Amino acid sequence: MDYFTNLTLNGVAEGAIYAALALSLIIIYQATRVVNFAQPALALIAAYIALTVTTATGSYWLGFAAALASGMLMGAATERLLIRPVQKTSQLSAIIITLGLLLLLQGVAGMIWSNEPHSFNYPMDYQGQFSPADFFGVAAILGAAMLLFALYRWTPLGLRMRAAAAHPEMARMLGVRVGLMLTLGWAIASIVGALAGMLAVPPFIFPNALDSVFVYGLAAAVIGGLDNPFGSILGGFILGVSLSFVSGYLGPELMPMAALIILILVLSVRPDGLFTRPKARKV
Amino acid sequence: MASSQKSPATAAEPKAEEATRGTPKPRGLVARWNALPMLLRHILAACAAMGAVIVLTSVTGQGENTRIASVGFYMLAIAGLGILIGFSGQVSLGHGAFMFIGAYSTALFVLHVPMMPLWLNLILATAISCLAGLIIGVVCARLHGPYLAGATLALAVALPALANRFSEFLGGPNGLDFLMRGTPPALSDAIPNTSWQAWVVWLTVLIVLVFLANLSHGRLGRQMRAVRDDESAAALSGIRVARVKVTAFVISAGCGGLAGALQAYMLKTATPSTFTVALSLSLLAVLVLGGLGSLWGALWGAIAMVYVEEWGDELAHTLDLGTNVANNLPHVLYGVLLIALVLAWPSGVQGFLRQLGNALRPREHSGYGTPSVPPTHEGK
Repeated sequence: MDYFTNLTLNGVAEGAIYAALALSLIIIYQATRVVNFAQPALALIAAYIALTVTTATGSYWLGFAAALASGMLMGAATERLLIRPVQKTSQLSAIIITLGLLLLLQGVAGMIWSNEPHSFNYPMDYQGQFSPADFFGVAAILGAAMLLFALYRWTPLGLRMRAAAAHPEMARMLGVRVGLMLTLGWAIASIVGALAGMLAVPPFIFPNALDSVFVYGLAAAVIGGLDNPFGSILGGFILGVSLSFVSGYLGPELMPMAALIILILVLSVRPDGLFTRPKARKV
Repeated sequence: MASSQKSPATAAEPKAEEATRGTPKPRGLVARWNALPMLLRHILAACAAMGAVIVLTSVTGQGENTRIASVGFYMLAIAGLGILIGFSGQVSLGHGAFMFIGAYSTALFVLHVPMMPLWLNLILATAISCLAGLIIGVVCARLHGPYLAGATLALAVALPALANRFSEFLGGPNGLDFLMRGTPPALSDAIPNTSWQAWVVWLTVLIVLVFLANLSHGRLGRQMRAVRDDESAAALSGIRVARVKVTAFVISAGCGGLAGALQAYMLKTATPSTFTVALSLSLLAVLVLGGLGSLWGALWGAIAMVYVEEWGDELAHTLDLGTNVANNLPHVLYGVLLIALVLAWPSGVQGFLRQLGNALRPREHSGYGTPSVPPTHEGK
């Protein structure tokens, strides 16, 4: 029973990271209908910047802030410089651009910080069952989700952003600066992505550190349904706990296979994800 | 439309006209060539290509032969992926998984049934990949866009991990090493092993490419494009959408599997680290880089796949860069190339060449009115 509890708690902590990454993918998908495959690379660069700042100043939290800030800037720049020009052409172009950016940034990370792993600190004590670090991760994700909900639901800015995503033409006529709203969407998403990166990277950082996490994050987003941020968060936790059980009882090598099977099972029952409509459904 | 060889009768029908888009025919050939039956044209082109490969492998060294062969099997995998993405509009991020299946099938057959001839081995490996493609295709036929991308990406991660799980059967992280006969003993003095291997690879690849070229211009290709452009309209015209999509998946999985099998035959090993997610993503990337919707695009893509890394290494060497920079230069080059190409030439290298060709010979079109640039194909 103790083992079971342990696995569940580990799964919740891992699930928080998948949920954060899924959330960052969904914010972008809702704003611009693009799945941002460069998200792990943006988060990776943000984490490397955090590492540099932390090493230089000795403060973890300064590095943390630097990561979020640089994530935001990179997200906004990506939208402005790379995605906007191909937005109108086709979805495949945008996918290829983000894939190209993924390769480019991972290569650049390797060039600057080398392919060798560096050790990377946890924000807090990480020992024991559901350690303070785990708690911090879950709390940070849930807090970020609530902030985002408040932003989109209750502020004029959020209203504009939703309008820009839902009916760009109409929103523009009503005086919303649609382009700015889309850039802002990417910036916010990349902050969440950088947060996910900061939580997912420890104990070691290397250019491919976030690849598998990204796959699970995308799986979580797809399971939850790409049109529903809450679905993606729930999808992240569901996937985290399920994978933790698979890893604990059957072996960690089967985790990707289990993710695939869960994904296929969910999608064959509901091809648009679990929570596309308000009606929730148990797996 | 620049496909000038078509009569006005077919040009009146948009679907049929579209079918001629991206015809992989050599440039500058006269109408007599175009009057030949399609199959014959493709077979002749394949024979010419085979001749070119034989000449090329004879004048180059061993390392170059291996690279020429690599271009061959990558071209096959990319062409298969092109059928799936460019023709039926389904984006797969997991095509490395089918190469994995093909490579491991070949390796297991060689290890456990050593007497099996190579051709049977390749056919069986292709069949197994087709079967896997059928299963995945049936499951994924209802999915679209990012949902399909997510599922196939998970596939690309999940399958190679199995090799570590069943390490006594699949060899774990070191993979399976095996021995395969290269040049037949009677010819072993005259023909180097690597040349022979390159010929075998290219012969197989060209046979399949003839099949693919014919298929993409025939009824199934037309149906696939109809499904890609508008599923509802296609269904209303009597096309069985799900069946067409699954067929496309099976064909492209088979191509991927055969490519993996040929790779295993070349390298005499199958390791899980060869079939990473990066491989699947690179296949997609070079496909777009070469140009979607045309088999020529697959060739440019395959050349990029093999040689960009090569040139990156050489460039790093000549510039005397540090190891950190040198190791990552190919990735960065790839990334920059992809982004630049999508921004500047969304139709890929082949689209660029086609436009260039049209710009260079405006006179041929003068009889048909204004020379038109073919619509750039942009997938979906």
